[in-house]
Amino acid sequence: MSTLIERVTGSRLGGTSEQSIRLGLGIIRLGPVLILLLLVMVMTLLSPVFFSVANVSNVVVQTSVLAVLAIGQLFVILVAGIDLSVGSVLGLATVTGAIAYTFNQTAGGFFSIAIILLTGMAVGWLNGFLYVKGKMPHSFIPTLATLYAARGLALVISDGRPIPGVSPVVVFLGSGYIGPIPMPAIVVIVLAAIAIVVTKRLKWGRWVYAVGGDKEAARRTGIPVDRVLISVFVISGLMAGFAGLLTSGRTDAGFPTAGELSELTAIAAVIIGGASFFGGRGSVINVIVGALIIGVIQNGLNLLNVNVYYQLVATGAIVIIAVELDVLRRRLEERFRSLQAREA
Amino acid sequence: METERAQETREENGGPVLEVKNVTKRFGATLALNRVSLELHRGEVLALLGDNGAGKSTLIKCLSGVHEPDEGQILIEGEEVRIDSPMRARDLGVETVYQDLALFDNMNVVGNFYAGREPTMPRWLGNWGWVKEGEMAKEANDLIDRLEVNLPGADMEIGLMSGGQRQAVASARAMAFGRKIVILDEPTSALGARESGNVLRLIQEAPQQGVSVIVISHNLEHIMQVAQRAVVMRQGRVVGEEEPTQENHERLVSLIVGSADGQVEGGNTEDGSAEPENGARDEGRRGE
Repeated sequence: MSTLIERVTGSRLGGTSEQSIRLGLGIIRLGPVLILLLLVMVMTLLSPVFFSVANVSNVVVQTSVLAVLAIGQLFVILVAGIDLSVGSVLGLATVTGAIAYTFNQTAGGFFSIAIILLTGMAVGWLNGFLYVKGKMPHSFIPTLATLYAARGLALVISDGRPIPGVSPVVVFLGSGYIGPIPMPAIVVIVLAAIAIVVTKRLKWGRWVYAVGGDKEAARRTGIPVDRVLISVFVISGLMAGFAGLLTSGRTDAGFPTAGELSELTAIAAVIIGGASFFGGRGSVINVIVGALIIGVIQNGLNLLNVNVYYQLVATGAIVIIAVELDVLRRRLEERFRSLQAREA
Repeated sequence: METERAQETREENGGPVLEVKNVTKRFGATLALNRVSLELHRGEVLALLGDNGAGKSTLIKCLSGVHEPDEGQILIEGEEVRIDSPMRARDLGVETVYQDLALFDNMNVVGNFYAGREPTMPRWLGNWGWVKEGEMAKEANDLIDRLEVNLPGADMEIGLMSGGQRQAVASARAMAFGRKIVILDEPTSALGARESGNVLRLIQEAPQQGVSVIVISHNLEHIMQVAQRAVVMRQGRVVGEEEPTQENHERLVSLIVGSADGQVEGGNTEDGSAEPENGARDEGRRGE
C-alpha cells in the first residue's frame, strides 16, 4: 500500500519521509538526555528527597568513579574495541598509590598520584601493545588477560589486604569540597572537558573516530592506525588510574579488590550513552549522561526502598533499549540512503 | 578533433606526467604484469581497458604504492620514482580511488576530504594539534562549488549518502589532493545512469583542475564520454591503444576480448614473439 502511495505521489512523499528520518535520527541522538530527564522527573515525583541539594551531590559523587571509567572506555569503544581491564586497573592503582605513599611520604601526594596514573597508563599501554603487535583478533582478549593479571598483581603486592592511609591531596580529590561542590565532580568535569577537546577538536581525536569508522580506509588515508589503537588503551588505562585516585581518596586506603565488576558498569554507561559498539560513534557528554542514568537509577531505587537486585534488572533493561536505538539508527540511515539514490 | 585537442595540450605542457616503462610484476608463478609500458600526458584522461584479470588493477596498485614492481621503471614528470607505500604515492601527487572508496561513514564530507591530513595549529603540537575546522569547511565548500559536483552539502554524513554521492565525494577528494595524477578504479560500475552522469562530469573537469586522470572502466560508453585515449590490456600486457570513439568501438571490444588476433596491428603481441610489448608501444608512438 505504501509503495502504491509512493508511486502515485512520487518524490513529494519521498521528501517528507526524508525529513521524518532526519527527525528520527535527531531524536535518537538526543536519546540518552531524554531518558535521563525522564528518570529525573519520575524520581522527583516519587521521592521528595531525590532533588534535594544533598542527594544530588550524593548522586554526583557516587557516579564520579563510573563517569571517569566510562570516559576512558568511550575512547576504546570508539575504535570498536572493549577494555575489560579497567576495574582491575582501578584496584591495582589504588594499591600502588598507597604503597608509594608509605614508601615516600616526604615526596608527598604528588609522587603517589604520579604512581597511580602511571600504573593505569602502563597497563593500558600493555593492552594496546598486546592487541596491536600481538595481532590479537579482538581487544577483548588482551584486556581479559589483564583483568585477571592486574587484579592478581594487586592482591600479590598488597598481600590481599587493604593498605590504609593515603596522601591528604588524594583524600581531598576523592572526598573534599570546594564550597558546596564535591571535588570528585570537579575532577570529572575537568577530565570530561579535556576529553571533549581531544575528541572534537584535536587531530588525534578525529583519527580515533576515523579508525573506528573504517580501519582499512584510515590506513589508506595515511592515519597511523596502530598508534591510534594503542593510544586509546593508554587513555583508558589513564582514566582507570584517575578512577583509582578518586576511590582511594574516598576510602583513604588502597584496596586490592576495589573496582570489581566496574568495567562492566563502565561499558554499560558508554552503551546507554548512545555510543555505537560498531565503533566511530559516541560523545563524551552522552557518556557522562549514560553514567548519570545508571547513578540515578541506583540512587532513586534506593530512596524508594526497592530491592537492590531490581537496580541490576533496570540497568540491564536500559542497556537493551540503548542498543536497540543504535540498531534503529542504522536502519534509518539505510532507508535514507536508498531515498537519496532514488532522488539523485 | 579529440586527438588534436589532446595533442595541443601535450605540446603546451611538455613531456608526459607519468611514464611506465617495461614494468613486470609476478605473484608466485603468475605473471600479472608482463613488461607493461604506457604514458600519461598532462591534462589527459586516459582510459585503461581490459577484461577481468588483464592486469589493470595490478598496474594501478603499482602506481599507488600498494605493490612494488619486480622490474621496470616508473617516471613522474621525467624523474624515476620508487613508490613503495600509499603515503609515498600521495607525496608524489598520485591519488587513487578504489572501488571500496575508502570513505568514513561516520564523518561528513569535510571530514572525509581531510581525513589523515587535517590542517592543524600550532605546528609544534603535530598530530595533537588543534584542527582548523573553519578553514577545512571553507576550502571543502569552495572545492565542491568549483567542481560543480552535485552533493547534498558539505556537512552531511557520508553514511546517509547514496552510492553516486559517495563516489562523487571520493573522486572529488582525489582531485582536490591529487596534485598530478588521479587514478579512478571503476568509478561508475555501481551507479545508475543519472548518478554516473555526475561522476563523469567530475572526471571531465579534471584537466581544468590541473590533474591527469587514469580511469579504469568496463563501460565503453562512459570511456568515450570522458577519455581522449584508451590503452587496452590483456593477460598482463598492453595489447593496443585507440582513440575511444564510436568508430573505434568494435576494434576496442575485439582488443579487450582478444578475438582480433592477427587482424589488428597489435596482433603480433599475441603470438608470443620475442618482444611482444614493443609492438604495442611502437604502435602507441605511431599513434602520436
